[in-house]
Amino acid sequence: MNISTAYAAGRLTIFLSGELDQHEAQQTSAFISELLEEYMPRDCVLDLSGLAFMDSSGIAVIVRASRQMKLVGGRLWVENPGKQVLRVIDASGLDRLVPVESGRVGGLA
Amino acid sequence: MKERNYIKLEFPGKSSNEAFARAAAAAFAAQLDPTMEELGDIKTAVSEAVTNAIVHAYPNEIGKVSMRLRILEEDMLEVSVKDWGCGIESVEQAMKPLYTTGGEERSGMGFTIMGSFMDTLRVRSRPGKGTTVVMRRRIWRRKGTQ
Repeated sequence: MNISTAYAAGRLTIFLSGELDQHEAQQTSAFISELLEEYMPRDCVLDLSGLAFMDSSGIAVIVRASRQMKLVGGRLWVENPGKQVLRVIDASGLDRLVPVESGRVGGLA
Repeated sequence: MKERNYIKLEFPGKSSNEAFARAAAAAFAAQLDPTMEELGDIKTAVSEAVTNAIVHAYPNEIGKVSMRLRILEEDMLEVSVKDWGCGIESVEQAMKPLYTTGGEERSGMGFTIMGSFMDTLRVRSRPGKGTTVVMRRRIWRRKGTQ
């Protein structure tokens, strides 16, 4: 699991790459939480284009990050999930809780 | 259904074995010439079943997990994941979306994903004895392949 970030004008983009399963989930979640506290962004984008695999453990990671953003009045959404990741998102109904943008760059306005 | 091939793996319920289990399942399933999407679905379902065994069956210890894969007639792939852990009091309740005993680190979507990514899902469990999850998925032959 690799995590990198980009920050500009109140928007923090977190790029996740590798495989996100239960083995990686706890550490990933803690790291995202630290990033959100450090940057205090208005918007947070989780860019999943580098994720080769994700299971339902990843859903819990995303929901947790989204809750943390909501607590401080911020927004979080997911961008660019690959096919396998998108199937897990669809099956779990995550898109009812967190906006999911796929197939285009730039995200929500 | 007649068995054409099988493998059996046994490993300690360490989370570092989750990636190995799904990669092994994908490597075995490859002989059915699945599409990338079918392979992704199998890996995901295996990851969910193995994670359940590791996290929920053995909450306070590292126990034994066994995974068996079989290829049956008509290109049916069967995955069984078995543990000898704490078992599930109510399988019906455990299979409901969002139900979890694992706190906020778990999404409660594992069985939902197994059920929607595989053709069939059966769960047998006895409290204090363990749990067996059996899933099947038919891999459709693609046009032009034998």
